[in-house]
Amino acid sequence: MTSTNHAPNPATAAADAPVLSVTDLHVRIPTSEGDVHAVRGISYHLRRGEALGIVGESGSGKSVSALAVLGLLPRTARVSGSIQVAGYEVVGRKDAELTRIRGARVAMVFQDPLTSLNPVHPIGTQITEAIHAHRDVSRAAARERAVELLRTVGIPQPEQRIDAYPHELSGGMRQRVVLAIAMANDPDVIIADEPTTALDVTVQAQVLDALQAARRATGAALVLITHDLGIAAGHVDRVAVMYAGRIVETGSVDEVFSSPQMPYTLGLLGSQPRMDAAPHSRLVPIPGAPPSPDHQLSGCAFAPRCPLAKPVCRTSTPQLTAVSDTHAAACHFADQLAGIRPEELFASNTAPSANPLPEAVERTRSRGEPVLVAEGLVKHFPVRSKGLIRRRSGEIHAVCDVSLTLHAHQTLALVGESGCGKSTTARMLLNLIPPTRGRVSYRGQTLTGLSSSRMRPLRRSMQIVFQDPFASLDPRMTVFDAVAEPLRVHGQFRNGGAERVRELFRLVGLDPAHGNRYPHEFSGGQRQRVGIARALALEPEVLVLDEPVSALDVSVQAGVINLLEELQERLGLSYLFVSHDLAVVRHLADQVAVMYLGRIVETAPVERLFTAAAHPYTQALISAVPIPDPRRERARQRIVLRGDVPSPMHPPSGCRFRTRCPVFARLTEAEQARCATEVPTLADHGNDHAVACHYAVPRSPLGDAFPPHRTP
Amino acid sequence: MSDLHPPASTPAPSASAASPDPVDRSAEHGQLRMVATRFLRHRMAMASLTVLVLTVLFAFLGPLLWPWDHTVHREILPNQPPSWAHPFGTTNAGHDVLGQLMRGTQQTLKVALTVSVLATAFGALWGAVAGYYRGWIDAVMMRIVDVLMVVPLLVAVAAISGNVRGGTTWWAVALIIALFSWTTIARVVRGVVLSLREQEFVEAARAAGASDARIVLHHLLPNAAGPTIVAATLLIATSILLEASMSFLGFGIQAPDISLGLMIDNARTAAFTRPWLFYPPGLFIVMICLTINFIGDGLRDALDPRQTITRR
Repeated sequence: MTSTNHAPNPATAAADAPVLSVTDLHVRIPTSEGDVHAVRGISYHLRRGEALGIVGESGSGKSVSALAVLGLLPRTARVSGSIQVAGYEVVGRKDAELTRIRGARVAMVFQDPLTSLNPVHPIGTQITEAIHAHRDVSRAAARERAVELLRTVGIPQPEQRIDAYPHELSGGMRQRVVLAIAMANDPDVIIADEPTTALDVTVQAQVLDALQAARRATGAALVLITHDLGIAAGHVDRVAVMYAGRIVETGSVDEVFSSPQMPYTLGLLGSQPRMDAAPHSRLVPIPGAPPSPDHQLSGCAFAPRCPLAKPVCRTSTPQLTAVSDTHAAACHFADQLAGIRPEELFASNTAPSANPLPEAVERTRSRGEPVLVAEGLVKHFPVRSKGLIRRRSGEIHAVCDVSLTLHAHQTLALVGESGCGKSTTARMLLNLIPPTRGRVSYRGQTLTGLSSSRMRPLRRSMQIVFQDPFASLDPRMTVFDAVAEPLRVHGQFRNGGAERVRELFRLVGLDPAHGNRYPHEFSGGQRQRVGIARALALEPEVLVLDEPVSALDVSVQAGVINLLEELQERLGLSYLFVSHDLAVVRHLADQVAVMYLGRIVETAPVERLFTAAAHPYTQALISAVPIPDPRRERARQRIVLRGDVPSPMHPPSGCRFRTRCPVFARLTEAEQARCATEVPTLADHGNDHAVACHYAVPRSPLGDAFPPHRTP
Repeated sequence: MSDLHPPASTPAPSASAASPDPVDRSAEHGQLRMVATRFLRHRMAMASLTVLVLTVLFAFLGPLLWPWDHTVHREILPNQPPSWAHPFGTTNAGHDVLGQLMRGTQQTLKVALTVSVLATAFGALWGAVAGYYRGWIDAVMMRIVDVLMVVPLLVAVAAISGNVRGGTTWWAVALIIALFSWTTIARVVRGVVLSLREQEFVEAARAAGASDARIVLHHLLPNAAGPTIVAATLLIATSILLEASMSFLGFGIQAPDISLGLMIDNARTAAFTRPWLFYPPGLFIVMICLTINFIGDGLRDALDPRQTITRR
């Protein structure tokens, strides 16, 4: 970054003065049901070059407080307190005055790169627009700077890409463009609001790298808002944990992650699935759910969920109290938390079936006979031209030659990034969509091609839990009716169906008395439990779990994961677990199949996969997942993949991964030719481990230096 | 659980699951009560319902109480402005306008409500089936809709009603209007269903083994209720006007019988000279349309469980 042509700001002259200073910020948003007190008094100060992570679950007020810094809240919102950007007070200013600092002093990166760029302008125009807004430079100079910015954020061939339209770029590329716009005027503060939540892990790693590059180039302070503790661990210096509109703990990442002084932080760490966890260790969920924002709070907002809560917690609000020079927590009983582990604190609510200590649970689950077998599944979706004739203009090769075997009482995880065909495969296994080629059989009986009436009795044995607990329940049906539906469809409701439904509610941890409520009256985690109850209604043998926890907050997600594990043990279920989240997979799965662009590239028992992955894609995938441990995060060797997933309409010849493969790049020309022409088949490496790579070399993607992690 | 035996328990079409279970019924009861509560709290809808009920009483009970019916009577002085004996005056030919108004409202209501019920039921089902199955079924069904939509309505009406026995009775008129007006409902419902069918709860029902009929009737149509009700209330207004223009062309309800549309048509030259002939039927048409629109609004909100129970 060479540009120095903007006027120096007198306020930043003193190097140590904070560039962003938030003091006692309150935000109230009036709604028809009364005021929502979204932010309830937060303070933080940020110096130039510092990075602060704000972590919290949805509804904790982290985004609202960030929007307040730029004055971007809705007009009706009432903001009080003080926000100073490089000495300039933001609170109380008019919109027109704030345009002077927006982009120039504070810049924002939003979550969704698909909607934060204007689709009708080339990206170059959008970057130069940001430059012209604050600086009087020639068009040529602005364009030159735009190219330079695109290069900084890692966009290849920026001279050509600058004239591309947003739709011509992938999600990761667009987010980098957004980042370039944010950097355009060398701001003092960059606020990134969940910048990678909408992206795949391998792309997330690229964007986070770009974010660090942007920080180095501009020397700006960074506020990184995230729900992912792993991202915070690796990319910021300090964290602030938010809960129900307040900062409940703040400090350096090392202090907060290694010795949390607030039960909520401890709970978050305990409920976060970790890729480096010991096999099959139980997570420690936090009981209950976060308070709804329109709820009137008195005392500590976490008290209803806190095992340490005493009467004083419900009457007096704990203030942030310094634990050390750099660490403060808002808890009346912070001193009792020294050296305590999450499972000790939240002991009462780990699974009721008093399970032994995680270390001891070397679950010797006998592998049963094959239940669900897929052979050579292929799925092509036709792409049709628009208009009356709708000619076939191409084909999406969604799934290509996938074979899987699900054994009784086992969990087979199907892992991959978005668009790799894992959900399509799951639906073909349930015969919800017909395969183009290949066949699926359940206990020897072929499902492929069965009519829906012939399929109906078999549906009792195979059920599915969906990803989105908001879309998977009919909004016009009570949850009782939703759970009863499978029973009604199969004519089993008349004899004792209502009692069965109540039993299912209890099984998944819901109150049967809430049966006549509608889905919107439940929280995400509760709805997902309703979805699980519905899937269990017919006593299935196989449950397909399509990303069942990816839409849930961490503290709630842990409860659902534990429920799934418990149900498997009690009911002897077989799970096909479709997920993009390797950390969750490590907790739940026995066997893992990794998919890339419609093909299975590697399949292995879960332990083997995390210690000796052999396919370069698996290695990159595992290395890209952040671990919520600052020391490990910093020490890790990362394999950051270049580029984006190719279009499934025109997959690369030979090995589909070769365009991004770090191993391929190091091969000789003759060896590369083999990758480009010969499709690698799944070759057996012993112990159920099979890899589809011509040059597979097993290595531990987590690094051998660390023994499996035990919960802190 | 490893039961692979052929369907021993024949999957019952459980749409008719009138379960004898007490808990289940109480849950159902609770839902109905909740819908009723929400509707009762909708001020405009309740006021409109009251007005509409009064209008219906006026149209159906009124003729029993009022001495004059809608036909010509020698005893009536023609062309009189409103008086105590004839509150809405009399016509040139010697009709009592109040008597005409009662009969006209009655006929109009019968036509409009029949049209809306028939056309909505048929159109919603048609649209839902087309949208649910997509592909060539959708293409064929919606081309039929397109063809019906481009036929000039009045020409078709002229062609049909000449050949229908009893072509001028209210039910024949209602049937003919319904035949040509369900298409708008079908289009609206198809559009909604196209997006609904992609939702996971539809897939969940399919995974549970639910039949297509169950998915359409239990999941798709209830979720399409909002737009359907809006379209149906608009349809009522349209059918009142359609009936009037059919009468004007001589294909609708014919004298000596009378409808609101026919009354306006008869009085269209008298709007300034003898306003008592023109305004009462006009106001009744506006009133019926408005009340039905508000009731539709209230119904839409009451049926939507996501609406909070607040007074509006």
